Amino acid sequence: MSNPSSISNSVIRIAGNSQDGIQSVGTMLARMAGRIDMDVMTYMTIPSTISGGPSIFQVHMGTASVLTPGDKADVLVAFYQHSYESHLDSLRDGGVLIYDDAHVEPDLDALRQRRIRPVAVPMTALTVESVGGTGTQKGKNIFLLGLLARVYRLDYEKVKDLVKEQFRAKDESVVRNNLLALEAGYAYQVGDLGSFFAFDLKPASDATNVTMTGNQALAFGAIAGGIRFGAGYPITPSTEVMEILRRELPRYGGGFLQTEDELAAIAAALGAAYGGIPAMTATSGPGLSLKTEALGYAVMSELPLVIIDVQRGGPSTGLPTNVEQSDLLIALHGSHGDAPRVVLAPASVEDCFYLMAEAAQIARRFSVPVILLSDQVLATRLEAFAYPDLDALVEEPVLDLATRESHKPYPLDAPTRHAPPGTRIADGRYPTITGLEHDEYGNPSGTPQMHVRMTHRRSEKLRRLAAELPAPEIYGAPDAATLLVGWGSTRGVIRSAVDQSVASGEPLASLHLRHLNPLPLGLAEIFAAYKNILVVELNEGGVNGCGQLGRLLRSETCLPQIRGVTKSDGASFRVKEVLERVREILDLAHGSTTHSATA
Amino acid sequence: METTLEPLTTETPSAEPMTRDDLKADRPTWCPGCGDFGVLAMYQKFLVDRKYPQEKIATLAGIGCSSRFPYFINTHSVHFIHGRIVAFATGLSLTRPDLFPFVIVGDGDAFSIGGNHLTHAARKNVNLNVIILNNQVYGLTKKQTSPTSPVGFRSKTDTWGSRVAPVNPARQIIGAGATFFARASAANPKHLTLMLERMAAHEGFSVLEVLSECVQFHKGAFDGASGGKGGEFVEVGADHDVTSEGAAFALAERPFPGVFGVFHEVRESTLNEMEEENVRAVPPADRAATTVAKLRKSLDRLT
Repeated sequence: MSNPSSISNSVIRIAGNSQDGIQSVGTMLARMAGRIDMDVMTYMTIPSTISGGPSIFQVHMGTASVLTPGDKADVLVAFYQHSYESHLDSLRDGGVLIYDDAHVEPDLDALRQRRIRPVAVPMTALTVESVGGTGTQKGKNIFLLGLLARVYRLDYEKVKDLVKEQFRAKDESVVRNNLLALEAGYAYQVGDLGSFFAFDLKPASDATNVTMTGNQALAFGAIAGGIRFGAGYPITPSTEVMEILRRELPRYGGGFLQTEDELAAIAAALGAAYGGIPAMTATSGPGLSLKTEALGYAVMSELPLVIIDVQRGGPSTGLPTNVEQSDLLIALHGSHGDAPRVVLAPASVEDCFYLMAEAAQIARRFSVPVILLSDQVLATRLEAFAYPDLDALVEEPVLDLATRESHKPYPLDAPTRHAPPGTRIADGRYPTITGLEHDEYGNPSGTPQMHVRMTHRRSEKLRRLAAELPAPEIYGAPDAATLLVGWGSTRGVIRSAVDQSVASGEPLASLHLRHLNPLPLGLAEIFAAYKNILVVELNEGGVNGCGQLGRLLRSETCLPQIRGVTKSDGASFRVKEVLERVREILDLAHGSTTHSATA
Repeated sequence: METTLEPLTTETPSAEPMTRDDLKADRPTWCPGCGDFGVLAMYQKFLVDRKYPQEKIATLAGIGCSSRFPYFINTHSVHFIHGRIVAFATGLSLTRPDLFPFVIVGDGDAFSIGGNHLTHAARKNVNLNVIILNNQVYGLTKKQTSPTSPVGFRSKTDTWGSRVAPVNPARQIIGAGATFFARASAANPKHLTLMLERMAAHEGFSVLEVLSECVQFHKGAFDGASGGKGGEFVEVGADHDVTSEGAAFALAERPFPGVFGVFHEVRESTLNEMEEENVRAVPPADRAATTVAKLRKSLDRLT
């Protein structure tokens, strides 16, 4: 960094135990960043044990664009010896270590070798002292927030407001104690650190941002898209979507039901959809497996439904609190028979909001189930994004029970437009909604001709949708020989890799898919312009080295230059990792000498 | 969730009262002599007698011989997947309180593959009518042991005779918390009609078990309850206290074919009413606000 007193971006990793309130201080920091119009992205780990344990929260904020939660931290805050020991490697050389001197004894020689600057802070002692010597360590996280506000020269009044809001539902004494802890942190003398880290703030703007997690964005996106009923069963990491909607939907005259199991959840949602009420269910991997029979019914009976799958590591119970993008193929193909459904994958927290609303819209317009694939990283990641234009976006659902002269639920010459129960059919012939192959009225008809025509009718929806999808954008160098293709939460990492590749002299480009079924048209033509297509995804490369999207794209385009950059270690990609893996694959493909001149 | 979506149009009721002819659809494909014919006829009669608006009836079924009902009656109908129709109907009941949903299931659907849903819908007291057509055998798949098949029943999966004790429907459903349980027989249409009316009049989770003979695979199973076949159709005594669970369990313990009539009927809060409380708890100003205004209020907290 050429000018240390003026930095644009910074990565802070706070390491302690989950009961220390690390998550809430990280969240407040991220929200603060959003309020002063900085970009922000967070990353957290959740201990998989029930009673808590070591936990981290990482915040990457800045006035330059933030695409990833950060490969390495500029500042590491260590509450305990184990936090220090486990996370020192994640601190960059020349970074700052802030530690609680009551619990951490750092190896100063080792730090010196890596030019790391140790800052001992009596966090426990000062917190206890500031809140009146109660002997508890509660409030240590807020002390830290005050300290970071000082280090980063954040607007102290705004930070105070955040703390007040955070505890507004609590007793007044709780608010007071936390403000005391905050004050103590802010007053702590941090030496010249304050001048080392001062954000190069953008000129004040009128822009208002919202800061939320992917799960929150999905829940509010659902409401914006007109969803009024949902049903679900608790499962990590999707449960929060149900918790939010159970609280929120009654305000809109709707509701979200906690059912006895995953099968009942999708069935109840389909029941509401049949009634003409836009409906959804939310789950994670194992739950999607359980829902696939009813998913097939939704395809066959042509009922609109959105199914959220917040992916985690699999198969089976797998890694409930880790990330993986390994549910793509079940989302595309799960369920028996030819069962075309729409599959979407948001690329960021902001995209969770908008794509969820789009999913609800597609489900209604095409009378089709839509699966939205989020993942554990997006679910828990905080991002700030521009306040949505709700007037333009919000869709008011209507229940149209106007009498119809006659009605066919499955007309061969027109798209399905269900007549929900309560609709009078003047010619007296009422519809049956069914999972059996059927004729236009829903009566069983298993003739070969009817099965052919109805099967075509169902897949025709995907062809119609594909025709209206926007062409995917290419990010990065126009003359690149290698195109990175990704989907889901990795967009920021891949784009950062592309940005860094430009400086290396061997530029890459990237393309990110948000619509996975149907795929946008023209991919084969786009791909044909590149020598290498590397599909970057968080799943297992299988026998031919291609992950799940890689295999799909190979089969769709028949292009041999499609290869995979995959991993399944339960963590998201780091930028450096992507670049190294890409390099390895290109070296293998072209012989190891091709890039030695530029390296 | 009484106030879900305001209908776009207010519907004028059907001009002419509904007749049984209006309700006729495809000719049933059941085997000649099947008990289900009688249940279908009484279901149609009951709907006409009670003057339901035709467009507001929803006939919902799972999978099995009896679950073919939707094709044989001209109402808004759903033929769902095996075991899950009670859960499906829960979603419909909660969101469309203006409708009259009737769930038709067999003994396999109710007590085997769908047992979990039946139990929880009973516990939650979902406002639903569930008619279980019990023939004590898997008929559509041609004679396998069902969860209600009696000990000794020779099926293709128990050629030596079933050895496992069957489900006792009354005990199981009342035990799960259902607020209405009654028994009837397809062979006694007059009594069946009465029971359909009692079931429909009850607010809450209402289950009517109807013995419906499978003449093909379990012939004579219910002769013991038929006067014409050497048995006796014994009704629940006039002194039976329908509000007493203990008394209902005592009736449930009577040896097969047992007694017929209303075993249990108590009025308790329904899930629909409990969920509706969430909507009513919304402050009036918030409830009256537009969707955009409400959403803005939520997002403002996240700035």
